[in-house]
Amino acid sequence: MELNILTICYLIGSITFIAGLKMLSHPESARKGNLVAAAGMFVAIIGTIFLYEEEGVKLGNYIWIFVALSIGTLLGTMAAKKVKMTAMPEMVSLFNGMGGACAALISIVEFNHLMHRGAEGQSADGGTLLIIFAGLIIGTISFAGSMVAWGKLNGSIKDFSFKGQHIVNLLIFGVIITLSAYLIISGDPAASSLFYVIFVLSIVYGLFFVLPIGGADMPVVISLLNSFTGVAAAFGGFLYDNPVMLTGGILVGSAGTILTILMCKAMNRPLSNVLIGSFGGGVSGGSGSKDQGAYKEISITDSAVVMSYAKKVIIVPGYGLAVAQAQHVCHELEKLLLDKGVEVSYAIHPVAGRMPGHMNVLLAEADVDYGSLQEMEQANDEFPSTDVVLILGANDVVNPAAKTDPSSPIYGMPVLDVELAKLVIINKRSMNPGYAGIENELFFQPKSSMLFGDAKSVLQQLVTEIKSL
Amino acid sequence: METAFDWITLHQDMIYIVVLSVFLGIEVIGRVPSVLHTPLMSGANAIHGVVIIGAIIVMGKADSGNYTALILGFLAVILGTLNVVGGFVVTDRMLEMFKKKK
Repeated sequence: MELNILTICYLIGSITFIAGLKMLSHPESARKGNLVAAAGMFVAIIGTIFLYEEEGVKLGNYIWIFVALSIGTLLGTMAAKKVKMTAMPEMVSLFNGMGGACAALISIVEFNHLMHRGAEGQSADGGTLLIIFAGLIIGTISFAGSMVAWGKLNGSIKDFSFKGQHIVNLLIFGVIITLSAYLIISGDPAASSLFYVIFVLSIVYGLFFVLPIGGADMPVVISLLNSFTGVAAAFGGFLYDNPVMLTGGILVGSAGTILTILMCKAMNRPLSNVLIGSFGGGVSGGSGSKDQGAYKEISITDSAVVMSYAKKVIIVPGYGLAVAQAQHVCHELEKLLLDKGVEVSYAIHPVAGRMPGHMNVLLAEADVDYGSLQEMEQANDEFPSTDVVLILGANDVVNPAAKTDPSSPIYGMPVLDVELAKLVIINKRSMNPGYAGIENELFFQPKSSMLFGDAKSVLQQLVTEIKSL
Repeated sequence: METAFDWITLHQDMIYIVVLSVFLGIEVIGRVPSVLHTPLMSGANAIHGVVIIGAIIVMGKADSGNYTALILGFLAVILGTLNVVGGFVVTDRMLEMFKKKK
């Protein structure tokens, strides 16, 4: 009877995951979808704790399970409530790493268990070993990779690559597969220390896999690692014949892969290109040093004047705005301009910021009206009739080379046609090229003026200046 | 070869679930607007936290004398809970801000 109830708990869990994901992909129902999936997860977890039994024996160690659950809930809620909206991608990466580590730990314990039984004369079957190894390897790679992605996004880890890194990576991966195959086929308990060699190699592989990829490509990598963890969870489902782990894991695995591909499409780059990092890390060829001529600078006062007397202003927010956490000041500027009768809107490139859709989340946090956010196609129709475009820390998404220069690494990526406006003011910290490491000829065009400085302080000065006009 | 076929026959219902779930995942996500990419990624991230069920089973099965299994299982439950709870709460926070804008 109790096992039947558990079956129903798992059924509820699986259905809510599917329904939740479906609802999450529509704006009106998204929030409810998240809650539906969370409720299903709760049912599945509670059901497992109280109803699960193996060969007629129920689970024990309740005190420890509840202590661990409480610690995790407390830390998780605090971290999730406290995190700033700009740091959201790091947070997702960190949580993803936790899931990967969890899958890896399960594999380690189950492997020990199997080897222990093996020593008593019961031989382990290859299928189970295969599942345990797959869970270990994928979970560990996801964990190590997510930690690097997390460190890169919060700035504590720099890009790192060396010559022949891809070959080294391939070699490491080859060794991992060979060792696993040997252990699975031989099932030799004496060779079980090799298991930990595989564990360590998987960590190294995870690190090397993400280290050379540039910060701008991190969203794609996080999405990919997200689907890895899903697959690792699904192997757990195979191990315990557990349908809810299987459906949940595989759903995330396939949905995550599709999401990764959608993100790559928005940047018009094949996934292989992102992973091999053709312009991600330090591999950016000689494109950096071409002399493009002179650029103009504009003062805060002049910028304040042209924007106050303009009819229509479009703000293009980017990575720089996110890093400087300038979304609130930006909204203040918008309100000031609106009060002066200026028409203000935002042009949102699909991959602006640190993650697709990140800009929408950030601006929503600062109470920017949803109706004033324009998608790329919409904004491109508006630019010809716009007086001033203010670019805040965006670079590659406004680079005209994507349309004109077939040799450019971002050639073919849809971009915002800001150069059609009458005047373009570009706020950047310096003339250094953006994350993609390529020059932007927009900065050298006669219509463009540079306004150097940190996005937040520049916006604050602009606000003070406009108020005093 | 024989054992591989046996294995497939033995686990055929699981394999069916895998195949169907792959297509389901693709269908469900197919036409998502780019605005929702970040919350969706975060929501999916919380869902793969189901791995915690495995952690609970490991922890619950561990003999009280087997400290390695107890400690690793304990850690696994904490990490899994972080993934689930943190994931859902962060997603809710993101989506809450979308809602306010009406």
